[in-house]
Amino acid sequence: MNIAELQAYGYFALVLLLVVVLYSYIYHLYSTDKKKGGHDYEKFSNMALNDDIGDAPVSPMSDDKEK
Amino acid sequence: MENRPLEYDYTVAKMFMFTTIALGIVGMLIGVILAFELAFPGVNTILGQGLAEFTNYSRLRPLHTDAVIFGFTLSGIWATWYYVGQRVLKVSMAESGFLMFIGKLHFVLYMVVVVAVVVSLFLGITTSKEYAEFEWPIDIAVVVVWVLFGVSIFGLIGIRREKSLYISIWYYIATFLGIAMLYLFNNMEIPTMLATNAAGESGIGNWWHSVSMYAGTNDALVEWWYGHNAVAFGFTVPIVAMIYYFLPKESGQAIYSYKLSLLSFWGLMFVYLWAGGHHLLYSTVPDWMQTMGSIFSVILILPSWGSAINMLLTMKGEWQQVAASPLIKFMVLGSTFYMFSTLEGPIQAIKSVNAIAHFTDWIVGHVHDGTLGWVGFMIMAALYHMAPRVFKREIYSKSLMVSQFWIQTLGVVLYFTSMWIAGITQGMMWRAHDEFGNLAYSFIDTVTVLHPYYAIRGVGGLLYLVGFLMFAYNIYKTMSARPVEESELQNASPMGA
Repeated sequence: MNIAELQAYGYFALVLLLVVVLYSYIYHLYSTDKKKGGHDYEKFSNMALNDDIGDAPVSPMSDDKEK
Repeated sequence: MENRPLEYDYTVAKMFMFTTIALGIVGMLIGVILAFELAFPGVNTILGQGLAEFTNYSRLRPLHTDAVIFGFTLSGIWATWYYVGQRVLKVSMAESGFLMFIGKLHFVLYMVVVVAVVVSLFLGITTSKEYAEFEWPIDIAVVVVWVLFGVSIFGLIGIRREKSLYISIWYYIATFLGIAMLYLFNNMEIPTMLATNAAGESGIGNWWHSVSMYAGTNDALVEWWYGHNAVAFGFTVPIVAMIYYFLPKESGQAIYSYKLSLLSFWGLMFVYLWAGGHHLLYSTVPDWMQTMGSIFSVILILPSWGSAINMLLTMKGEWQQVAASPLIKFMVLGSTFYMFSTLEGPIQAIKSVNAIAHFTDWIVGHVHDGTLGWVGFMIMAALYHMAPRVFKREIYSKSLMVSQFWIQTLGVVLYFTSMWIAGITQGMMWRAHDEFGNLAYSFIDTVTVLHPYYAIRGVGGLLYLVGFLMFAYNIYKTMSARPVEESELQNASPMGA
């Protein structure tokens, strides 16, 4: 096997890996949404809609400190 | 200290709003002059033979591209960053003297670079690399400006109250990282004063002059990896950042699918960097690389349309707002043009189509339906949304905005339709041959045929410039329009008659 063939196999494996990663991400996004304690991604839209300085943050930094 | 409630501080945003408008006028004006120079060559020497050096096409062309890309668009990106960044992170720049200083320094150094670029390009000092014409001293200054932008982004993120980063912030970060990587690698260059030639002479040329570290095909590859991804991280990613904030905010509608916005983000990052090879189809770069460029360009439709459709669906059930608000009109037409030009680009990147399209005016048409219809419209919409909040006044005139919208839309349509016809005509004429393989037309035959379309393109560009001047006037008058209450600024922007 020469270097060009190795590169070709390597390239194919890389593309395959990235495709798997991408689809896993889609699965992750949609499954954590329904899980208990998972993120509700859609509520993140409120970061733009309620963005006055006095509005309550969607996920405040101070939550971290309380834990 | 008086006990005033905390407010967002738009000082730096205002500065960049000013340069967005000023450099937009300069860049678009030069563009219109160039369009008429192509249609009527006499315009090249309009100020007389003595000044022809400064008015000819080749001297002005990089000034046009660099003024609209690195002047108008970058300023727009920064104006919106210094506005959106604070709001979605729920932290004011007034809370950090350091970040305020960095923001102002960012603006001042940027102005220095702008002056250096304008002067050097007018004098004809250039590396001759398309969209990377700046010589090494300016490149170093650009890097400093860019680092300041980065400090501002990550500094503001560091003191935020909102733990999660809104999708627009992701896109601004990608803009920062993407351009940083592209700019550094493409501008690797050696000042000629440090070089020694084959004859043993050193200290060659002016102190500011440099040559690329890459040669031949490699140089072309790196150049188009940079060139195409400058479109990605300058004209796409930050503009998507804008629409993900401004369209939901102005319409009062939550993003149709936040999950789709995340997926499209990673899709775009995954695919875009591989597509630059389509600029080098039928050139000396390896064939597999050309094929890869084509394939990734076609795949690129998916994440691009993911964002664009997400924006159009955000307006679901609220389409009356498109009719009622010129601001929404700009954004909806902008995302439509985004879909349109991200379909057109992949079509042009298919090898058989590219055989006709390469080097023709169709490419110029494609660039301009993207930049005028998508980038220009979105930046103007962003500034229209920001103006009432930054100045605490209503937008001066809604009817002026509506007229501007239709004048500019007509301008864009004239621009790209004329360039489509011109480009395909050119491509077909260049390829035409008789049964012995002799070319059917000489170059001047194509020039004669294309003349009317060049004239139409000039008119289209002029209409867009007229609209932009109306925009500038409207924003200028907004500064002294009717003051508004905070409550009027929640969603739809207040507008005067």
